[in-house]
Amino acid sequence: MTILHTINKSPFQTTDLDSCLRHARKGSAILLIEDAVYAAMGNTGISERVGEALKNTNVYVLGPDLDARGLERERVVRGVEIVDYGGFVDLAVEHDHVQAWV
Amino acid sequence: MKFGILINEGPYQHQASDSAYQFAKAALAKGHQIYRVFFYHDGVNNANRLTEPPQDDRNVTQQWSQLAAEHGIDLVVCVAAALRRGIKDEILAPRFRISGLGQLVETGIQADRLVVFGD
Amino acid sequence: MSADDGAEAANERTERNVKRFLFVNRKAPYGTIYALEALEVVLISAAFDQDVTLVFLDDGVCQLKKGQQTKETGMKNFSPTYRALEGYDIEKLYVEKESLEHRGLTADDLLVPVKVLTTEEIGALMDQQDIVISF
Repeated sequence: MTILHTINKSPFQTTDLDSCLRHARKGSAILLIEDAVYAAMGNTGISERVGEALKNTNVYVLGPDLDARGLERERVVRGVEIVDYGGFVDLAVEHDHVQAWV
Repeated sequence: MKFGILINEGPYQHQASDSAYQFAKAALAKGHQIYRVFFYHDGVNNANRLTEPPQDDRNVTQQWSQLAAEHGIDLVVCVAAALRRGIKDEILAPRFRISGLGQLVETGIQADRLVVFGD
Repeated sequence: MSADDGAEAANERTERNVKRFLFVNRKAPYGTIYALEALEVVLISAAFDQDVTLVFLDDGVCQLKKGQQTKETGMKNFSPTYRALEGYDIEKLYVEKESLEHRGLTADDLLVPVKVLTTEEIGALMDQQDIVISF
């Protein structure tokens, strides 16, 4: 079984991303949406943690939420894949279930 | 594939309902089915037809009503959560209906995936 | 743990149209309504004869803290309901060890008997579900 984890809050404000990363198993996927997209940016206090997560999990970020916040797509941590809402749907289909870290 | 969607936050205050709406639209565009959208917690406020956003902004409630009309989506508002917040039949926007929490559990049983949008 | 129950149990679930429901509780009680309304869904789910599991992690472990006295806040004390879950045949309550420890709590501080699992075990439990509802 593989899970698509979704996170929607800023890693600078809550521990949701951290909690998700501690529980996410090898081969699962993590999708950053809404305020969680800040976690996808390079050169931040948590970029290294996200880079570490990429070794075991696939990390995705919702492009429209990056754009809405003025976050440049080229500054996203290398290895994090940018998807649109259709990509979000595809990820939900490809995984056995979706778990929101709300 | 059949999707169930759970929305736990009200409109405007939180992006949850907007994200869910974009997700639903994208899923429909890909030929998937939305089995039901269930509104819980403050999410029940999405059903309030009295909401009036400024004219240059999206109307979250109307968007749901329209999408439901176009695609025959079941929009269900939890009765217990709705009563707590003063959401009653007389102020429901088109296509929304009030029903029990069992409808959420049933969505979990019937849908292939349940996607939760919350705080 | 019932989650590791093998192919036979999986077939039986399919025949009976039973899904494994996991309710993930990660928020503290009273400050917001999520814990209370989550409990309402859990109680309803009992009527559907599904395979229901509850996990409490992060601030969610605080929902089960013994000795809740809400009188002076004017709010309803809903904590006795956790004790009633057993009567609804909802018996799989798991609490994360690390979350308890991080908050200076042990299983003795909780108002119902629970099984304490490690982060690793909770992660495995999450993997084995059909439907995850998080509040």
